[in-house]
Amino acid sequence: MTEGMGSMDRRQMLKALGAAGVVGALGARRAWAADKLVIGVIYVGPRDDYGYNQAQAQAAAAIKKMPGVTVVEQEKVPETTDVQKTMGSMIEQDGATLLFPTSFGYFDPHILKMAEKYPKVRFAHCGGLWTEGKHPKNAGSYFGYIDECQYLNGVVAGHASKSKKLGFIAAKPIPQVLRNINAFTLGARAVDPKITTTLIFTGDWSLPVKEAEAANSLIDQGVDVVTCHVDSPKVIVETAERRGIYVCGYHADQATLAPKGYLTGAEWNWLTPYTMHVKDAQAGKPLVNFLRGGLKEGFVKPSAYGKAVGEGARKKADAVKAQMLKGDFVIFKGPIKDNTSKTVIDQGVAQKQTDVVLEQMGYLVEGVIGKV
Amino acid sequence: MKAAETLAIPVGALLAAMALFGLFVAVLGHNPLEVYALIYRGAFASAFSWQNTLARAAPLVLTALCVALPAQAGLMVIGGEGALVLGGLTAALVGHSLASATPLAAQLAMAAAAMLAGAAWIALAGALRHWRGVNETISSLLLTYIAIAIFNHLVEGPLKDPASLNKPSTTPLPEALMIGKLFGLDVHWGLGFGVIACLLLYVLVSHTTWGFALRIVGGNVRAARLAGLPVGALVLLACAIGGAAAGLAGMVEVAAVHGSANASLIAGYGYGGILIAFIARQNPLAILPVSVLVGGLAASGGMLQRRLDLPDATVLVFQGLAFVSILASEALYGRLRVFQPRAQAEPAA
Repeated sequence: MTEGMGSMDRRQMLKALGAAGVVGALGARRAWAADKLVIGVIYVGPRDDYGYNQAQAQAAAAIKKMPGVTVVEQEKVPETTDVQKTMGSMIEQDGATLLFPTSFGYFDPHILKMAEKYPKVRFAHCGGLWTEGKHPKNAGSYFGYIDECQYLNGVVAGHASKSKKLGFIAAKPIPQVLRNINAFTLGARAVDPKITTTLIFTGDWSLPVKEAEAANSLIDQGVDVVTCHVDSPKVIVETAERRGIYVCGYHADQATLAPKGYLTGAEWNWLTPYTMHVKDAQAGKPLVNFLRGGLKEGFVKPSAYGKAVGEGARKKADAVKAQMLKGDFVIFKGPIKDNTSKTVIDQGVAQKQTDVVLEQMGYLVEGVIGKV
Repeated sequence: MKAAETLAIPVGALLAAMALFGLFVAVLGHNPLEVYALIYRGAFASAFSWQNTLARAAPLVLTALCVALPAQAGLMVIGGEGALVLGGLTAALVGHSLASATPLAAQLAMAAAAMLAGAAWIALAGALRHWRGVNETISSLLLTYIAIAIFNHLVEGPLKDPASLNKPSTTPLPEALMIGKLFGLDVHWGLGFGVIACLLLYVLVSHTTWGFALRIVGGNVRAARLAGLPVGALVLLACAIGGAAAGLAGMVEVAAVHGSANASLIAGYGYGGILIAFIARQNPLAILPVSVLVGGLAASGGMLQRRLDLPDATVLVFQGLAFVSILASEALYGRLRVFQPRAQAEPAA
């Protein structure tokens, strides 16, 4: 490097430093505005994961624009004492009085401990874990009936599939996940009862290599529409696009990752519960401890249809969606058999979204190829 | 002179890493001085931030020992994560089956069982190395995957508490068996155990004949054999002690934090310990300040994210720079004139 270059670099650097100093100082002061409601949002993974965390971060970005609100965010916080310290830092160092610790595993014991320690701070947790009489009043949970969108995914996938073989890549065999797999399969089989869903469990929420392997293996078995329930559907959507099959998204909109094969997707619309909690906090109303909703309440939404979705599929899916929006559609309506031919919901029984039986789901419906 | 050298070189390397990091954040458009100030504020400026730092350092002290002890015998073990999760699982099981015993007895049994499980796991990597010539770095890493698979299988299958629907866990420990905080601090006992373990192992490695023999094995295994040292036993024991430390870390996670064994245990503490052991140059005593430093960085990483909207990866960049510059600085030992005894620096012609 020549002498001249060196000095120029130095000068530019100094300029950059000076400018950065001003901007930085302003930024720091803004986060300190005492008359504002300071809200802390905590993510277990990266904010731009095209999945679970991004869905939360989108809502956080939107509430930032509300008047009188300052949002502080921290990503990649594990479900250990780290998250307790992160919540503590937001409260003690940033003055946060409303927290959105968004990972399922943050609740017990971490949020419960901190809610006890800071009774004046509101803790809004994503999941469905808050129980009356057992958990503190300044904590609560919000969640959405996303199986409604998974049912719509199934309807669209059922129309798009030529091989009549669908694929589902899931993290763990827990009730929430099984409910999505079953709703997706029921939606597809409402289109054609011959359709099957081949299921692969990866074992954990974020295993990109295994997820890609699972997608490839499903495609090799003749599956031509795939969907998933993992933290970040990114690699699955990309693998499907590269191999030329269709894909339905999950958590957030992944259409940009698969412009050709993206049919639709089941997305969270967390802005609805976030806005409710922020408004309640600003008005000084007590925290709503149990907040849930589906399409009708605006807690979930389907992605816009992709190019590959035909007229028939749109019509059928829109018709079901219209019924869901009116609140007349029941996904888990008997008779439903599991994939070992045992009746799990009897004829004439309709388990509506609020039915707690659904939260203990331990079966896979007829048409799912796989085991719990 | 030697002590000054062992202190000055790592500190110098850290300062160099800090300077490089300052350059990095300046390129991102932030004022390095403000970033340093925030790191200090987040990690060390108040009682709250100190507790934040120490809480994050606590699990890393024990997992770092899982690297540092086998390293004395010349083994690069990176499988502490596996020993930690199996230790945690064992502790949860033992605690649950001893629910009717007195708390202290049950806690001791939990700790002993967790240490045994971790010790056996890492000793396995040592045995493979000693008798089968399997590279212990690879085998301990692969053993971690096996440990996590066993853990997941048991926690989501036979050992699952039926009440833990969406977050499969073992049956929660009774409240009486939970171990509390350290003397009024908001930091759990894992830190206390870590400090005790570091002190004990420092004495063991540096001031006993056993430790001397171990270091001979690490320095030159053929010389050790010629000297008639029981190389196999020393290697296995070093691995077992390291594994026991990581297993104990797992027990602390279960008994002081989670109350049951579940997937939250797999948080990467085992891997975090590798970084610390290397920066501490495998010295059990040096693990303590290094853990505090890394814990402090983790604590202040949050501050950087919240105040400057920097991504979480920023702190990883700093950790990476520190790691690389410490490793690079190894080449300086014995080469800096200032630290050489005069007679040696200017040898008679």
